[in-house]
Amino acid sequence: MSLQNQNAIGHNGNGNGSNGAVAGTNSTGVVITHSTTPLPAGVHLPLYMDNHATTPLDPRVLEAMMPYFTGKFGNAASRNHQFGWEAEKAVEIAREQIAKLIGASAKEIIFTSGATESDNLALKGIAEMYRERGNHIITQVTEHKAILDTCKKLEKQGFRVTYLPVMADGLIDLDDLRRAIVTEGPEKTILVSIMFANNEIGVIQPIAEIGKICHEKGVLFHTDAVQAVGKVPVDVQSMNIDVLSISAHKLYGPKGVGALYVRRRNPRVQITEQINGGGHERGMRSGTLNVPGIVGLGAACEICMNEMAGEAVRETELRDYLRAKFEGALDYVHVNGNMEYHLPGNLNMSFVYVEGESLLMGINDIAVSSGSACTSATLEPSYVLKALGLGDDVAHSSIRFGLGRFNTRAEVDYVADKIIDVVRKLRELSPLYEMVQEGIDLTKIEWAAH
Amino acid sequence: MAYSDKVVDHYENPRNVGTLDKSSGAVGTGLVGAPECGDVMRLQIRVNPQTQVIEDAKFKTFGCGSAIASSSLATEWVKGRTINQALTISNTDIVKELALPPVKIHCSVLAEDAIRAAIGDWKKKNGVADESPAEVAVAS
Repeated sequence: MSLQNQNAIGHNGNGNGSNGAVAGTNSTGVVITHSTTPLPAGVHLPLYMDNHATTPLDPRVLEAMMPYFTGKFGNAASRNHQFGWEAEKAVEIAREQIAKLIGASAKEIIFTSGATESDNLALKGIAEMYRERGNHIITQVTEHKAILDTCKKLEKQGFRVTYLPVMADGLIDLDDLRRAIVTEGPEKTILVSIMFANNEIGVIQPIAEIGKICHEKGVLFHTDAVQAVGKVPVDVQSMNIDVLSISAHKLYGPKGVGALYVRRRNPRVQITEQINGGGHERGMRSGTLNVPGIVGLGAACEICMNEMAGEAVRETELRDYLRAKFEGALDYVHVNGNMEYHLPGNLNMSFVYVEGESLLMGINDIAVSSGSACTSATLEPSYVLKALGLGDDVAHSSIRFGLGRFNTRAEVDYVADKIIDVVRKLRELSPLYEMVQEGIDLTKIEWAAH
Repeated sequence: MAYSDKVVDHYENPRNVGTLDKSSGAVGTGLVGAPECGDVMRLQIRVNPQTQVIEDAKFKTFGCGSAIASSSLATEWVKGRTINQALTISNTDIVKELALPPVKIHCSVLAEDAIRAAIGDWKKKNGVADESPAEVAVAS
């Protein structure tokens, strides 16, 4: 066997248990491909394990939505015929389904086009409404860009924004929050916005404690709960959440629809509308309602309500199993983020001395995400991983696994075995891994940064 | 992002992976890039002191598929050439051969740097002046 073959990484016919595809011709002369190595039962390629990016639509959700694309096409704002009444009724049922999942009342749910709009409406709407009261907003460094970029815009408009750091496990320090809140003067804090669960590292912030602090100090509390709602228990009452962003496509609903919970009492939260028009959604968000999408969001929430407890246990087991397989087979691997306060389906792992993009290239029939953004001109790795204090080299070596409702144990086995195989081969190619094996301290080398 | 067939081929079947004895006088080692940038290439050459022909080349690379392919290709291209011929290999040749997209041009630059660094290391070890390698014969 030549050296080339010994170092082969690929997925085609090098005996690594993958499906080396071979072209063949059937009797009609059409080129076909078939697998030389059969896949394990229950595994189909491409395999999706990136459920923080988006989730597949649950077939039950699609079934609920279908009538509202066809016969029941009415405008929910049409008050004088049954097409409108039918649509409005469906929207109100959805509002109830969503409210129930988060412990709110139906009137507190505002429909939007998605969580980016919900985040924008929450921050800009509150900043504008409460500007007379103060100009200070607190958020944290590992928020989604929908929050961070909105805060940057508000800073340009004269608001002062504090970006709390996170500790090495990804959680904020509650004392940092307490210290940052300004209770008097023109620089008074009007809003705290801290995400419920992080989309990259899956850590769950101490939301109930944050809510308690905010209410004690008389500050409004918004949370981007996109990754959390439907995955872990969320209760706006006991957690003292005033405003909360939801997205349908992260919980097996359709893309293009989301919601914003806006508290109506203790305290009553007011939001200045950012889209003007027909005064829909109690004036907070004009625009004809996306009735099929809203029905889908409602149905998706109801399914989560019924199945969340069991599903969380199942996904946690799968995630721990995946982690154990990596840790059992490979050296220099570690998890990122606090694993106690963590989303069931999230695993963010660093495979040190292997660059993330090259790892993804070796598993191109599996959909996961890399902490590396080497395709960008800046070569900047994930700002979330950097905020944990990870070196850029380790951040470049990180992979996010997003397990979801439709992932199976057979798929976890397949993904783990494939990744272990590719990591081993890439480490044979890695000068860094070789140097570490020889006892060289990589931090002592004067690298020529480029 | 879609990779070219040639990048995929080098990634799946990297040429000349390995390590030469860096303490040997005949071996030049180039280590370029930085872990924090997500790219480190090590390219090594064994040079015949009489002919200055690169008789063997090995690489190891930490980096994306394009970085692996660029360094793998570089080892193929330098083998059998004299060090002066090898110095004429430019990053644009690598970009062309591998059909690298603009965001991956830095991988080819790094591979060119690695060739130059390895040759530079060999010259330093063997007391060869940078400008006129022909003097080696005179000096020795």
